[in-house]
Amino acid sequence: MTFRCNLSLVAAASLALITPAMAQGDESITFVSQGGAYQQAQTEAILDPVADALGMTINQDSVPDPLPMIKTQGMTGRVVWDVVDTPPYNCIRAGEQGLIEKLDYARLPAAGDIPKNTRTDYSVPYEKYSSVLAYNADKYGDNPPKSWADFWNVKKFPGRRALRNYPVATLEAALLADGVSRDKLYPLDVERAFAKLDEIKPHIATWWTSGGQSAQLLHDGEVDMIMMWNGRVSELKQAGDDVDYTYADGILQRTGLCILKGSPNLDTAYKFVNAAISPEYQANLPKYIDYGPANPKAYETGKISDERAAELPSSPENAAQQAELSYKWWASSEGEDTQRRWLRFMQR
Amino acid sequence: MADASVRHRRHDRGLMILLMAPAVCVVLLLLIVPTSWLFWQSIYANGFTLENYERIFSDPIYFDTFVLTFRISAIVTLGTFVLGYPLAYGACVLPRPWAMVILVAVVLPFWTSVLVRTYAWLILLGHNGVINSFLMSIGAVDHPLRLVNNEFGTIVATIHILLPFMVLPLYSAMQKIPDDLMRAGTSLGGSPFHAFRRIYFPLSLNGVMAGAALVFVLCLGFYITPELMGGGKTIMASMVVSRNVELFNDWGAASAVSVVLLVVVLIIFYLASRIVPVDRIVGAG
Repeated sequence: MTFRCNLSLVAAASLALITPAMAQGDESITFVSQGGAYQQAQTEAILDPVADALGMTINQDSVPDPLPMIKTQGMTGRVVWDVVDTPPYNCIRAGEQGLIEKLDYARLPAAGDIPKNTRTDYSVPYEKYSSVLAYNADKYGDNPPKSWADFWNVKKFPGRRALRNYPVATLEAALLADGVSRDKLYPLDVERAFAKLDEIKPHIATWWTSGGQSAQLLHDGEVDMIMMWNGRVSELKQAGDDVDYTYADGILQRTGLCILKGSPNLDTAYKFVNAAISPEYQANLPKYIDYGPANPKAYETGKISDERAAELPSSPENAAQQAELSYKWWASSEGEDTQRRWLRFMQR
Repeated sequence: MADASVRHRRHDRGLMILLMAPAVCVVLLLLIVPTSWLFWQSIYANGFTLENYERIFSDPIYFDTFVLTFRISAIVTLGTFVLGYPLAYGACVLPRPWAMVILVAVVLPFWTSVLVRTYAWLILLGHNGVINSFLMSIGAVDHPLRLVNNEFGTIVATIHILLPFMVLPLYSAMQKIPDDLMRAGTSLGGSPFHAFRRIYFPLSLNGVMAGAALVFVLCLGFYITPELMGGGKTIMASMVVSRNVELFNDWGAASAVSVVLLVVVLIIFYLASRIVPVDRIVGAG
């Protein structure tokens, strides 16, 4: 008797638990980004507002490099992700392997404001960040390094250095240090870049692999000069560390949104992407993190003050001092060969 | 009479097979199948190809990586032996409270994550870390030593993290050595060192082999610690695998490196098993 009563109670309780999840609306997508403070900022700036406004549920996942997972899902035919936020060369490469939807721009009216040369068949620009020269402000005092040529100048600017253990943006910095002008970077002169990197290699204390590690290196004083992402170093600065960075000679990079082929919620995914790249939501991002919206119209919404804009990588003044990374080059076969060559370079 | 015993044996056999079935299934599904798929990946990409293996044996970076990996593993194994043998010996012969302290000190870090232990070493060995600050403050050195982001840091941290794998099998083997043997060895005038060298050490050799094989094999595949402590410059086999997957999405190449590593490990285990039977290595005695 008691057992049966308990059983029905349990059944009722479990039904009550499942029902809210079912009643939350039919539309849902799985959104994937890189986690950490960045994803947290996106959640507050874009994901939650869009979910509320459009009445959809956005499930999140995070992984530092989505390409292996995308490949696995494509290969096994069980696609569980819908929208992925990742550097465009991942989208292009995966797209060429048939794993990413070719974007139908007719369904993305908001993309009209975004410059055509940053849009690709498989991805639409989402957010802009920079790889900048960051340094120990205390050590360099009044005479801080202002360019990659300064970074390479070990006599005038002594100190321990770090670069990212990844060729993308690092090769660009080497070429800029060697005197190549910003608009003449591509196609990259790979030989020249690696020769320049050979020069600085003995002075590099660490080749970092994760954003957190780069922040730790500068924070601990393990290195005095480092190439790292602007969001990470401005975090340290706000936390009170005596570090600084410059947008001069920075490398302007971006991430893009792409939709997986075979995504279980294609229509909802398109609706989400369109909302995420529209100016009102894009303009929210700088409120929570030092990354810039990819949609230039976001600067006209009035949500971003002039002083805030001055701190963002994609604001007009800052963008003018930087070199824009070409994702098409890195997705091409030369780009791929260069990535293979990077391992050889590290080993020597 | 004979009939009944034959039936009994068959019944036992059947029972044994039934009981083993779940374990065999698990091993098959979670070990054999993925490993075969790994091997398949390395030889099949739009047709059969041995290109991945050719690259490993011809391209100097792969060869250099394996040499480096073996060298570091050998150094780490030696280091854990030098540090671990006295610890295990102490845990065996010292009075109970001290033995407990030693064992706890060795086993407790086991329960913390490898990442936490590795970061702890970063803090200790860093440029402004505990050790350098101390040495600078007592004036032993005038500028900080490079203890991390190089091979040295990797080796030190790996020795610490793999030490339990040497100490525990050693302790287990040493426990089985009867006390009277040492006493017998010194009874007719032999020095304690003589007794140790001729009696104790040879008997503990099984534990040494077990511990050494375990530490060596673990170190061959170690990933997190070399990645964080090596500064990107100490490239071990596991890092080559991950680079192949991340950097150029080349699963075939990554699989080939893994397969070669696996084959080497199996060969080592086979050689070790010729000296010490496998069940002794795994069960440590």
